[in-house]
Amino acid sequence: MTISSLRTQLQSGETTPAALLKSLVGEIAAKDTGKTGAYLTHDLDAALAEAEAADLSLPLGGIPIAIKDNINVLGQPCSCGSKFLAENYTAPYNATVIEKLRAAGAIPFGRLNLDEFAMGSSCENSALQTTRNPHDHDRIPGGSSGGSAASVADSTAIAALGSDTGGSIRQPASHCGVVGLKPSYGRVSRFGLVAFASSLDQIGPLTRNVTDAALVLQAIAGYDPRDSTSLDTPVPDYSQHLNDGVAGMKLGVPKEYFENEGIDPAVKTLVQDAIRKLADQGAEIVDVSLPNTKHAVATYYIIAPAEASSNLSRFDGIRYGHRSEAADDILDLYKKSREEGFGPEVKRRIILGTYVLSSGYYDAYYGHAQKVRTLIRTDFENAFESVDAILSPVAPTPARRLGANAGDPLLEYLSDIFTISANLAGIPGISVPCGTTDSDNGSKLPVGLQILGPHLGEAKILQIAKAAES
Amino acid sequence: MSHSHIDVRYVANLARLELTDDEVATFQPQLEAILEHVEALSKLDVSGIEPTSYPAPVFDRMRDDTPHTSLAPEAVLQNAPDQAQGQIRVPKVVTDA
Repeated sequence: MTISSLRTQLQSGETTPAALLKSLVGEIAAKDTGKTGAYLTHDLDAALAEAEAADLSLPLGGIPIAIKDNINVLGQPCSCGSKFLAENYTAPYNATVIEKLRAAGAIPFGRLNLDEFAMGSSCENSALQTTRNPHDHDRIPGGSSGGSAASVADSTAIAALGSDTGGSIRQPASHCGVVGLKPSYGRVSRFGLVAFASSLDQIGPLTRNVTDAALVLQAIAGYDPRDSTSLDTPVPDYSQHLNDGVAGMKLGVPKEYFENEGIDPAVKTLVQDAIRKLADQGAEIVDVSLPNTKHAVATYYIIAPAEASSNLSRFDGIRYGHRSEAADDILDLYKKSREEGFGPEVKRRIILGTYVLSSGYYDAYYGHAQKVRTLIRTDFENAFESVDAILSPVAPTPARRLGANAGDPLLEYLSDIFTISANLAGIPGISVPCGTTDSDNGSKLPVGLQILGPHLGEAKILQIAKAAES
Repeated sequence: MSHSHIDVRYVANLARLELTDDEVATFQPQLEAILEHVEALSKLDVSGIEPTSYPAPVFDRMRDDTPHTSLAPEAVLQNAPDQAQGQIRVPKVVTDA
């Protein structure tokens, strides 16, 4: 059930947008509620009203698309997986990506679970619900866009939007066996996305296949005057060269990514097989070096919490969301509302971010990390002078068991090693399934191949991903 | 970056977070381990390197200065935990004279 196949059925009258929505609700009831747990809420009546007016001639005409619960859709909840916004927040406006999806004919339908404020790689940091990996309910779906990946993998959504600050689209896509694309910094407007780390956040699609990822990106990409970081650069036709193959392309393989001691042998083998498959199709595989990769986790866990601590200062209990009823005065109200509303990972990152930005530490931590960030970015710029794209694993291991890293946030952070560099460098990356590995309890766990491209190189990485998929 | 000691209670107060004693006890070793990990960066020589604030070349891009509709007052107030007379109500901020 891909967007392209459904489009054909919708246009021939074989199905209708309303029938599609009702069948999704049936799937959600059968597989998701109390089971996979990807959806936090869904509003069938509102979607049916939209479906009546759907223009089937548009590129996504009549296609329901599920939305990560940190992207505002007017009149719908937007909990960010947090108690802070779960009880007392209804979106008063639409994110730009929602307006763009609708302009392309799509119907935003359903709110998907995430790690609280998108902070995490497992969905276990959601304060509201457990989301499970559809391939093995004892395992994590990945995160933070875990609900987005799980719903698409479980066929309870046709496609979904997620957000990626350090791998939050690509890693869950890899763990759930779907396609996940993080666009270049500036390619997609973040207006209406609840901000986590403003120099890193991007919205992108999670889909069944590469063709669908190109279709959804086409709809949401482009300049938006309401996001000052959005680029006023023409959006190419992402479907045009999808089937052109990889013959003659030079694809780089960074040795640092495969020498990582934490990498699971099965992941390494599957990714190397996928690389060989691309070589068989005519791509030239060359070694590249990204020597500053080893500094990426440390750099990221200074910059991201710093920006988060600043962005999350808006959650003060005054204008929206949770307000403590136990407060004596205004200062007490801020402190108690935040204490009661935020979960442990959000608090840890706010404290860490506040610390690295505090007087006397700013230059040593944040200022220093911004310079190391330049080294990481330069590594990629140098590499892309000689290769079209870079191939690597997405995550060092397949989906781990629920609860396995409990109480050890650093261990969890270290698993972001292959994805966070792309956010630091602002370049696009895609995760495309490249096989499965057997777990010890008989389940088959998906593994993804990551393809990284130069800034605004989305068309190129989609083309390579299409070749890797076929 | 000389030490990985962090006064969790003090920093939490700067961030307007009231923590329980249990939370302080849990966060203290976790945050110290994270700070110890990021400490490795301090050994890198970055003299002469320009910092990266934003990874894309966006420089003070301004939107056109034209009037446009803002959110209606009802939309702004709809999520306020407490409101009166078209305004958000908060506990008393000034003390009695």
